[in-house]
Amino acid sequence: MIAGGSAGSGSTSWRGRPPWGGRPSWPRRLGGLVLVVVPIVYLSYLFLYPLVSILWLSLTGTGRLDLSPFWQIVVRPSLRGIIWFSLWQAVVSTVLTLVLGLPAAYVFARYDFPGKSLARPMVTIPFVLPAVVVGSAFMALLGPTGPLGVDLRRTVWAILLAHAFYNYAVVVRTVGGLWAHLDPRLEEAARMLGAGRVRTFREVTLPLLRPAIAAAASIVFLFTFTSFGVILILGGLHYATIEVEIYRQTTSFLNLGLAAALAVVQMVGVTAILVLYSQYQERRSMELSLRPVRETSRRPRTRGEKTLVAGVLGFTAVFLGAPLVLLVERSFHTATGYGLTYYRALGSTRTGSLFVPPVEAIRNSLVFAVVATIIAVIVGMMAAAVIAYRSDWTARGLDVVLMLPLGTSAVTIGLGFIVALDWPWDLRTSALLIPLAHSLVAIPFVVRTSLPVLRSVRGRLREAAAVLGAPPSRVWREIDLPLVARSVLVGAGFAFAISLGEFGATSFIARPDTPTVPVAIFRLLGRPGALNLGQAMALSTILMALTAVAIGLIERFRLGEGGEF
Amino acid sequence: MKHDVLSNRRSDGRAAKRRPTPVVAAVLVLIATALVAVPASLAGCGSTTTTTAGGAATIAPAGAPTTTVTLGGEVVLMTHDSFAVSEGVLEEFTAQTGVKVRVLKSGDAGAMLNQAVLTKDHPLADVLYGVDNTFLSRALDAGIFEPYEPPGLASVPPEFQLDPSHRAAPIDYGDICVNYDKAAFTGLTKPPATLRDLTEPEYRSRLVVENPATSSPGLAFVLATIAEFGETGDYTWRDYWADLVKNDVLVVGGWEDAYYSAFSGGSGKGDRPLVVSYATSPVAEVVYAETPVTVAPTGIVAEGAFRQVEFAGVLAGAKNPEAARRFVDFLLSTRFQEDMPLQMFVYPANSEAAVPTEFATYAAVPERAAALDPAVIGANRDRWIEEWTSIVLP
Repeated sequence: MIAGGSAGSGSTSWRGRPPWGGRPSWPRRLGGLVLVVVPIVYLSYLFLYPLVSILWLSLTGTGRLDLSPFWQIVVRPSLRGIIWFSLWQAVVSTVLTLVLGLPAAYVFARYDFPGKSLARPMVTIPFVLPAVVVGSAFMALLGPTGPLGVDLRRTVWAILLAHAFYNYAVVVRTVGGLWAHLDPRLEEAARMLGAGRVRTFREVTLPLLRPAIAAAASIVFLFTFTSFGVILILGGLHYATIEVEIYRQTTSFLNLGLAAALAVVQMVGVTAILVLYSQYQERRSMELSLRPVRETSRRPRTRGEKTLVAGVLGFTAVFLGAPLVLLVERSFHTATGYGLTYYRALGSTRTGSLFVPPVEAIRNSLVFAVVATIIAVIVGMMAAAVIAYRSDWTARGLDVVLMLPLGTSAVTIGLGFIVALDWPWDLRTSALLIPLAHSLVAIPFVVRTSLPVLRSVRGRLREAAAVLGAPPSRVWREIDLPLVARSVLVGAGFAFAISLGEFGATSFIARPDTPTVPVAIFRLLGRPGALNLGQAMALSTILMALTAVAIGLIERFRLGEGGEF
Repeated sequence: MKHDVLSNRRSDGRAAKRRPTPVVAAVLVLIATALVAVPASLAGCGSTTTTTAGGAATIAPAGAPTTTVTLGGEVVLMTHDSFAVSEGVLEEFTAQTGVKVRVLKSGDAGAMLNQAVLTKDHPLADVLYGVDNTFLSRALDAGIFEPYEPPGLASVPPEFQLDPSHRAAPIDYGDICVNYDKAAFTGLTKPPATLRDLTEPEYRSRLVVENPATSSPGLAFVLATIAEFGETGDYTWRDYWADLVKNDVLVVGGWEDAYYSAFSGGSGKGDRPLVVSYATSPVAEVVYAETPVTVAPTGIVAEGAFRQVEFAGVLAGAKNPEAARRFVDFLLSTRFQEDMPLQMFVYPANSEAAVPTEFATYAAVPERAAALDPAVIGANRDRWIEEWTSIVLP
C-alpha cells in the first residue's frame, strides 16, 4: 500500500513512542537518534549551511543587510516577467509531460509486448544527457527542414517539448509503477456495472492513481521551474527562468545581491509546492489492494488494444528516439561516410593537451557516481526510515528539506560551497565535493522510491512482529529491509544516472582537474572543428550507453515494487 | 489486505531466528563516523601539502633571483574551464622550481571571478589566470590581487599592459570578430567587409550573435560596435543594433549554440553563414578537421574586431606567494607562451614567443581591433548590456 504518514491502522501508529510500549533501552534510542541525526547533519552541513552562508553574504555585501534587491524584483517589470514565465512554463510543461507520458505509463503497466524489458531502460536515457547536446539535436529536428516541417527553433514550443522529452521517464516510471500494481478487477467491476470507458477512468482509475500523478507532477514541476540549460539553449533569448536570471546576474553583472534575492524567491516557490505535495501525500490514505505485476499485465488482445499499444509505443519511439538516434548517427557520420573516426580520436590525445582521454573521464564519472550512490543510499534510507516511521514535524520537515536541493539554484549552491565549506575541513577544492554535491540531488530519489514500500509495511506486519516481542531493529532488519531492498536499488539506479549526467552545481565550484563525461563533452564543444563536434557526439553516445546499461541492470531487480519513481 | 503478498511469507519465516539487537545501531554509528572521518582525512591531505608549501616559500626572499632558488611545495592555479596546456609543460615548471602545480577549473570567466571575489579572505588558490579586460576592473576593484611586476613584462607590448599598478599581468590576447562560411559566399555575394555592411539587405537573416549577458564573445562584439559607432553622434551603437534587428539578426545564448547549431560554416550545422566568433576559429577548423585540409572552410571579417586580453595575477593572501610569483613568470615564459596558441587558440602576449605556423597560415590578424579602457568597460558594462537588451530583446 502506498500510504501517507499517519495512515495504517489508526490507533497503533507510532508517534515518537513505539507500540511495543515501555521505555526503549539505550541502544534502541541511540539507533533511532542516529537515524534522525545523520540525515539532518548531512543536509545541514552540505546544503543548508552553504545556502544560508551565500545568501547572507550576498545580501550583506555592502556591510549591512540590504533588502533592496527584493524591492527591485517587485518594481522591475522584466524581473516580474521572468518569475511569471518560470511559473507558467513549468505548469504547462508539467501538464504536457503528464498528457504525453500517461498513455505510455498505461501501456507499460498493463500490456506485455516483445522488447518491453529493453524499452523501459531506454526511456530514462534523456534524463542524463547534457542540455547542450540535446539542444543540438532538437535544433536540427525543430528546424524548417525537420520532420515537423515548421520552424519551432527558439520558441516556447521548443522549451516545452524539451521539458517533456527530459521528464517523460519521471511520469512513465512513477505513474506506471503504481498503475502496474492496481487491481484491474476494480475497473472490470465498474465496466460490468455499466460505466463507460471514460467514466471508469475518471471515477475509478484516476482517483486511485492520483498519489502517483501528484508525485510525478511535483518532480516535473521542480525540474522545469528551475530549468536552466534547456531555456538558455533552446529558448533563444526571449525566455528566461529565475534560474537563468540568477546565472546572468551572478556571472555577467556580478550582482550577487539580486541573484540572492531571486534565489530566495525561487526557493519560496519550490518550498510552497513541496509543502502542498507533502500535505497531500499525508492526507491520501486509501486502502489499495496492490497486485503483483504479472497479474495485471497481459498481451494486447483486440484490434483496438493492439492499435493503442502500437500507437503509444510508436509515439514514444519517435518522441524520445528521434533526438537520440540523431546524436548517435552524428557520432558515426564522418566526412568520409559512416565510420569510427570520432571514437578513435577519443582514444588518442591528438594534440597532447590536458584534454583528458575519455577513458579517464568515464572512469572519473563512474567513481563519482558510485560514491554519490553509496552516500545517497545510506543517507536516503535513513531519512526514508525517519519519514516513514515518524509522523511528527521532524519527519515532515525532513521530507520537504530533502527535496529542496532539486529545486535550488545550482549557481547559488555552487557558490555556497565555495564560501562555506572551509570549515571544519577545507572541502572547497577537494574532488570529494563533486560526489557530495551529486548525492544531494540523488538522495530525494532514493527516498521517493523506498518511502512507499516502507510505508506499506508500516501496518499490521510490523505490529504483529512487535506484539510477538521483536525489538525495532529486528523488525526493520527482518521485515522492512527485505521488502525495501529492491526499491532501494531502483532509487540507487536513479542516483547513479543523476550523478553520471549531473552538470549543475558542480560546474560552479572550483574543482580539481578530474573531468567527468559531461565536462569532457562541454570542453570538446568549446572549440570549433568537426573533430571536436564529432567527439562530443561520440562521448554523448557512450554516456547514453552507460546509462542504459546501468538502468538496465537495475531494472532486473525491479520486480513488483510500487516505488514512486 | 493491504500488504505486498509477494514478500509476506518470506519475512514470517525469518522471524523465527534470534539475533543480537544493538547491531544495527552499531553499524549506523560506524557509518556516521565514516561519513565524518572520510572528508576529514581527504581534506587533511590537501591542506598539509599546502601548509608545507607555505612554510618552504618563506625561506626564499621576495626579490631573490628566481632561477637559483628551489622552492618546493605546491602552487594552486585557479582558471576558467577553457584552460588547456600540453602535457609536460607544467612539469617543466615543477622541474625548475620543485613546485607542483594544481589546476582548479572554476566554470566560465564570470563564475571564476565570482569565486575569487567571494573567497578573497581565504583564497582557494595562489594564482588566478583568465580574467579578461572586460572583467579586469571588477577584479582590481575587489582587491583580489597582490601587486607583482614579472620581469617578463619587458617583452610585452605596452598596449596590453592595462594595469599600471601591476596587479594583473597580461598573458594572452585574441580577437572577437565576425566569421563567415566561405561556401556561402562563392557566388556574386561577397562576404561583408565592415560592421556597417551587416545591416545591408544582402546580409539579411545571415548573422547570428551571442547574448552579451550570457556570453563573453557576445559582450566583446557589443563592445566592438560601441568602439566603432560610439555612444553619441548621428549614428550610435544603439542605432546600429536597431538596424541589425531590422536585418533579422539571430541572437542565441552561448557560443556553442551560435557556432554549432546556427552557423553554417566549417563544423557548424546551422543555416546562417555569419557568426560572431574568434579570429582564430578558422585555425581550429583546420587543426581539428577530420581529414587534413589545406584551406580553412571559414574566414574572418577583419574590420570591427574587439581585442580580448587575458590576465593573471598573484591572489592576495596566497598560501605560497613566492611560488605564485614564479608561476606568473612561467606563464609569461616562451615555453608556456609558445604552447598556448594551439591549446587555447589565443596569441601570446610575450612578443618574443614564436607563433605556430598554423596561425601564420590560416589566421588573419584583424587590421585594427578595438580596445576600450577596462575602467570604462567596468563603469558601463551593466548599462550597456541593459540597453542592448532593451533594443534587441524588447
